[in-house]
Amino acid sequence: MDKTARLDEIVAAHAGRDGPLLPILNDIQAEFGCVDEAAKRHLAAALNLSRAEVHGVVSFYHDFKSVPSKLPVLKLCRAEACQARGGEALAADIAAAAKEKCEIEAVYCLGLCSVGPNAMIGQDVHARLDVQKLTRLIESL
Amino acid sequence: MRIAISDDALALACGADAVAEAIAKAAPDAEIMRVSSWGMSWLEPLVEVDGIGYGPATVSDVAAILDGSSSLNIGKIADYPFIARQQRLTFARAGITQPLDLEDYQATGGWLGLAQAREIGPDAIIETVTGSGLRGRGGAGFPAGIKWKTVAGADGPQKYIVCNADEGDSGTFADRMLMEGDPYCLIEGMAIAGLAVGADKGFIYARSEYPHAIAKLNAAILVSAHIVAPFEIEVRVGAGAYVCGEETSLLESLEGKRGEVRAKPPLPALEGLFGMPTVVNNVLTLAAVPYILANGAKAYADYGMGRSRGTMPIQLAGNIKHGGLFETAFGITLGELVNDIGCGTESGRPVKAVQVGGPLGAYHPASDFHLPFDYEAFTAADGLIGHGGIVVFDESVDMLSQARFAMEFCAVESCGKCTPCRLGSVRGMEVLDRIKAGGRATADPIESLPQMHNAPKQGRSVDEELSLVTDLCETMKFGSLCALGGFTPYPVMSAIKHWPEDFGKAADMVKDKS
Ligand code: SF4
Ligand code: FES
Repeated sequence: MDKTARLDEIVAAHAGRDGPLLPILNDIQAEFGCVDEAAKRHLAAALNLSRAEVHGVVSFYHDFKSVPSKLPVLKLCRAEACQARGGEALAADIAAAAKEKCEIEAVYCLGLCSVGPNAMIGQDVHARLDVQKLTRLIESL
Repeated sequence: MRIAISDDALALACGADAVAEAIAKAAPDAEIMRVSSWGMSWLEPLVEVDGIGYGPATVSDVAAILDGSSSLNIGKIADYPFIARQQRLTFARAGITQPLDLEDYQATGGWLGLAQAREIGPDAIIETVTGSGLRGRGGAGFPAGIKWKTVAGADGPQKYIVCNADEGDSGTFADRMLMEGDPYCLIEGMAIAGLAVGADKGFIYARSEYPHAIAKLNAAILVSAHIVAPFEIEVRVGAGAYVCGEETSLLESLEGKRGEVRAKPPLPALEGLFGMPTVVNNVLTLAAVPYILANGAKAYADYGMGRSRGTMPIQLAGNIKHGGLFETAFGITLGELVNDIGCGTESGRPVKAVQVGGPLGAYHPASDFHLPFDYEAFTAADGLIGHGGIVVFDESVDMLSQARFAMEFCAVESCGKCTPCRLGSVRGMEVLDRIKAGGRATADPIESLPQMHNAPKQGRSVDEELSLVTDLCETMKFGSLCALGGFTPYPVMSAIKHWPEDFGKAADMVKDKS
């Protein structure tokens, strides 16, 4: 199925919802790994919004990317509770090892703040990370 | 043999699934239940065998756990001091029930509050909630009963109950644990709120960082739809914007717009979601309601101190030996929480700072340990209890970096609507960077331009930079529309106030100025 047809399907799946834009964008991001220019224009037409309105919403939220990432994404928590448990040093130590294998993204809190440093890959969460554990995790990607 | 292992995200992140699998293989006849978490994070994965706890368990411990010889034995979990010392009202089911099991929920008093609410009707529900003294657990501490009353009295063809499940404060995880561990409790609380104000539609706006909670909620809503009908609930997932935890920004986001904060008035209670009267309450506020309805206002109000009634699920996090969820009546002191209950730092080094109330909360030194956990007491000490998250740092922390991080976080997450927050946070980072570099020796090229009449034409000392930050913080505090810009000064100023040495405030610099 081509992309426009799939976009129409996603829009249709949310028809009848009040304020459907965010759920639609979440679905598009999940499926295509990004919300690109073509998707924005298509959505604008489908929802009777201006392209600027859609762009404004897309650019506001951290979760929406303009291009899909080429490598798996590892979200590493950089918030205070993980900082207090050595998260910053870990982030620095792992940067080089991760280069070829994954993209490391900062997230601010995964709600696991008593067992940090923590990371999330897809929907899987990982706690009590240190350099060895995180390296192993990255190598398994 | 009855074996229970949590399927809470924290337990999963610590490897609970692998342990559960190993147990299933080693003891095929045992009844294995996946329950919510007791909230003792340092013991996860915690395996409960006929009431006796073993943790933190790994796959290689399984054989010893099953034959009872494991050294991880902590005795009867319900009697374990961390649990026995708590007063669990909202988290009464934590560690005990299977989150999605309706029979478990019913057997532990589920739906009693809703039944009572249906019997007594809207006015009496609001009276009960008001009488309980329940205040919004999201940070501002606004009395829930008064909010409900306003919505109940407002006119509108449609009213909404919106559950704010987008509190992304670092160091807080009670919302997540409740949504994952006791989703029906939240659903029941929302249904009661709906009855009270005359709303038949509810939204739960949840953080995208909590996929497990979202899955549990969606499943629970499906299973319990017939019980709460005609009330309907829909889960909406955020998209990684911290500011959407602010209630008006959340409403904008729910409407499918940029999550920009709205000016108040109009109050959301009168003109909220899609312009309709709307109750916006936090997860823990709504989850406290079933208990209050089932047991009466007095039962709840008997806990607590001053104007902070009831219990608060407190979250111990960061560099702390015994981290986790500790629900207790208001009034316990910060020192008791960190030292007696949390057992000090995990690293074993002395505590330097404790941040209370998330990224917008103040850093407290050990000399604040006498402070009782109470909204007013923390406000009086230039802090806030916010969402009840406590993050402990040991002596290795550099407070200048923490202050800079607070500004950086504000810059990343600012919705952009007002200048003090959008620009002030960036300027704040720059000034703090200059303080780190020991002030600025030479004049700034832009400030040196002839047009810049009032700008200094020479460098700035650390002291002058510090007074600049102080000034900036004042502007942010009083000139920002919402808590993000308005409260970022708390962590920054508390760090400067209590740890001036980390900001290079050497004695000779002070002299220089005089
Ligand atoms: S303080 Fe910041 S987040 Fe709040 S409204 Fe102003 S710009 Fe937006
Ligand atoms: S601060 Fe890292 S999980 Fe909460």
